[in-house]
Amino acid sequence: MERIPILKMGEFLLVTIQVDMHDRLALTLQDDLTEMIVKNRAHGVLIDISALEVVDSFIGRMLGNIASMSRVLDAATVVVGMQPAVAITLVELGLSLPGVRTALNVEKGMELLRVSLAAPNGHADRQK
Amino acid sequence: MPIVKSERWPVRSGEDIVRVRQIVRRWAVELGFGLVDQTKIVTAASEIARNTVDYGGGGEVLVESLSANARRGLRLVFEDKGPGIQNIDEALKDGFTSGSGLGLGLGGARRLASEFSVESRPGEGTRVSLTRWK
Repeated sequence: MERIPILKMGEFLLVTIQVDMHDRLALTLQDDLTEMIVKNRAHGVLIDISALEVVDSFIGRMLGNIASMSRVLDAATVVVGMQPAVAITLVELGLSLPGVRTALNVEKGMELLRVSLAAPNGHADRQK
Repeated sequence: MPIVKSERWPVRSGEDIVRVRQIVRRWAVELGFGLVDQTKIVTAASEIARNTVDYGGGGEVLVESLSANARRGLRLVFEDKGPGIQNIDEALKDGFTSGSGLGLGLGGARRLASEFSVESRPGEGTRVSLTRWK
């Protein structure tokens, strides 16, 4: 079965979405990722969507779900690399990805995760 | 309105939704749409294609490239023979959903299109037409 690879990078997980996902593949990623968070005791997840040319409401919802599930499992999620045309379209569609943190690229996203982990009393910003 | 070219594709599965996105992208590129316009029409197509599969029980899309007074456009007509939409005005509101979605499909797609229409008869099916002009 087709799957999106999840890479372990220290205490973080990195997912690079490089294919135009059909809906089932997106759901599989959601399941795989939550399992990997628990298995690896990961405290952060980076999702690189720079290769995605379309984010519709289904994929947007998946990103929101992943962020919520990770939060419950004590991991922070940052979505990185959204293309400008995708951002414009998402907002016009009516999706502003509430609860999903974003960064311009993997490097900035990593920085954001490190800062949130180093924050006093663990990751206060994730308790909200 | 002169139709330059047209094609019909099935919209019955998750794989078909992906294929519709790719076809619409290809046609939008051929018509010379800019990147933002391409992304908007492809995203709108994806939303409606998913409705066709999830709520309409599958159907077809007619893809047409149009030319009118030196303007070029792309029209997509999605048709299914599903249960139809009881109240189209309600269905166009953000947040309306009869399934598990976010309810952005129809209303969101309408905002992404230059022209948009929905015809539906309960028990007979639904036809959604969306056009984006260059």
